[in-house]
Amino acid sequence: MAAVKTQAPERAQGGGIAGALKGSLQQLLAFASLIVIAAFFSFASPYFFSYGNFTAILFSTVVIGTLAIGTTFVIIAGGIDLSIGTGMALCAVMSGVFLVKLGLPLWLGVPAAVLFGGLIGLVNGINVALLKIPPFIATLAMMLVAEGLALVLSDSTPIYFTEAPGYTEISTGNLIPGVNFPNAVLVLLVVALIAGVLLRKSVLGRYTYSIGSNEEATALSGIDVRRWKIAIYAFAGLFIGLAGVLISARLGSAQPATGMGYELQAIAAVVIGGTSLSGGKGSIVGTLIGALIISVLNNGLQIMSIPQEWQNVILGCVILVAVYTDRIRKKEL
Amino acid sequence: MKKLRKIVAALAGGALALTLAACGSDGGSGGGGDGPFIAIVSKGFQHQFWQAVKQGAEEEAAARGARVTFVGPATEQEVEEQMNMLTNELAKSPQAVGFAALDSRAAAPLLQQAQSQNIPVIAFDSGVESEVPVTTVATDNKAAAAEAAKHLSEQLGGKGKVALVVHDQTSRSGIDRRDGFLEWMKENAPGITVLQPQYGGGDQLESANITKSIISANPDLKGIYASNEGSAIGVIKGVQESGRQGVTVVGFDSGKAQIDAIKSGVMAGAVTQDPIDMGRKLVDSAIKAIDGEQLPKTIDTNFYWYDKSNVDDPKIKATLYE
Repeated sequence: MAAVKTQAPERAQGGGIAGALKGSLQQLLAFASLIVIAAFFSFASPYFFSYGNFTAILFSTVVIGTLAIGTTFVIIAGGIDLSIGTGMALCAVMSGVFLVKLGLPLWLGVPAAVLFGGLIGLVNGINVALLKIPPFIATLAMMLVAEGLALVLSDSTPIYFTEAPGYTEISTGNLIPGVNFPNAVLVLLVVALIAGVLLRKSVLGRYTYSIGSNEEATALSGIDVRRWKIAIYAFAGLFIGLAGVLISARLGSAQPATGMGYELQAIAAVVIGGTSLSGGKGSIVGTLIGALIISVLNNGLQIMSIPQEWQNVILGCVILVAVYTDRIRKKEL
Repeated sequence: MKKLRKIVAALAGGALALTLAACGSDGGSGGGGDGPFIAIVSKGFQHQFWQAVKQGAEEEAAARGARVTFVGPATEQEVEEQMNMLTNELAKSPQAVGFAALDSRAAAPLLQQAQSQNIPVIAFDSGVESEVPVTTVATDNKAAAAEAAKHLSEQLGGKGKVALVVHDQTSRSGIDRRDGFLEWMKENAPGITVLQPQYGGGDQLESANITKSIISANPDLKGIYASNEGSAIGVIKGVQESGRQGVTVVGFDSGKAQIDAIKSGVMAGAVTQDPIDMGRKLVDSAIKAIDGEQLPKTIDTNFYWYDKSNVDDPKIKATLYE
């Protein structure tokens, strides 16, 4: 039983015609609901359907999307990461420390900030895999540590990147000349592609699915589960770092007190995208679509001038409907 | 199973459409009409202060036949969320935008965009460090702090030693509320000795600790001024914990703890801003800007001194939040 179960998800995601069909059908349906929502807003408001608004939606998806991609790995592996929101704030502050306070050049400071996110993930991984602290508690603790450290290292005031020229270009610049398409969106698309390939094709991805669907069986088949768990958390941490860079480059400042609550939005995006919170199932494309559904709703409801009190009610209902229909669909297939 | 799914999907879709339609029609977006559309992006939303600004804006809009929307992030730390909100509001091509920036510099590119779209921006609550806003609608914190100084001096008969517990030394409101108090005392109350201002970050506990050390270091202390709600609550706590009698405390803003302290006599009184007036003047200025009128650089909104005698006065009560 155990051995069969370990193999199944790999086939479902990797090879196997039935598996491939099932996977793409799931994504197709998620994508279809995104289209339906977008179509609804296009008819409901004259301001929704425009290039400018679409880039605005993509731009607003970047930070949550980046966090959600990293956390997809953790959730598929059967874990959870609550430290991504405040961890992102800490990485933004570290970016400020590297570039502004220490005056490092961009090519050194930016990767350092991203790697710092990896360090946060590494510590999470060690706490979960070696010290056997439940992921919920381990990352909750890290959430608090990161929140506090971000305030300590920045003296509780925003760090402005005026002394690091070119930094804001990472998010707000337009790499494609003459076209208003923020670089941050390009970054998101590129890392999503890389993460998608790694999840599907690499050893890291295979073990992520395998640990998430049956940790015990994975260990029995001779895989060093502890080591790979640490690797998964550390890898996901890189996205915390990247999100920290992207948000601070967008705002031109590292805001130490921001970030709390981002983790829940990112987890919501992952779940809307069809990744199971009990592990073993999920995809990057789904997560991206999930993140887009959230930001299209946020944007569309505001463009329609729906009172803000109701926006959250509707958002919550959509999450319920999305997850519920996903469950029904899975039972059917 | 298939049937069930269809039913659920249909129900869900229908519910969503109905909710949207209901919200769309009955508004809550304040004052219908075909008049100008003013989009307001605030620093917050749930907080009573911002709800009062919203109320004032909607009342003024209804009276003038304008249409307003009012949005703001859930907490005053969510700078990115506020940028998204401002982006979305600009996409609707409003005739004017009211904006209370959480971080002026982060908003700079969007303010430029508003300018290039020829949308006048009216800053409110606090100044925006930018040339773009046509005016700033805000409480004159210096004048409000001077009002607190005046009342404290009156209570003390114009003599004695007083201390300040200020929420911070870097923000505009912190600086103005400190300097307004100090300047008034210097010019009008020669009999009053003012101690070096202390900063508690607006944190209740820290302000309480500061207060206790001020009290033990100055046995002849007669009065304390607190520059915002958190500081005021801290000062009250500090005075109570120290057990010292005969220290007159004046504060700023409201909040349940402060109002209770004023009603029970622990606190002499406080200065309150008038967020409803702020909302009204914001919409008034926006309409004037749309009509092409020249506006002064700053527009001061009301503030009031309140104490035991007038705390239940309807005019004052409307400006207080719990």
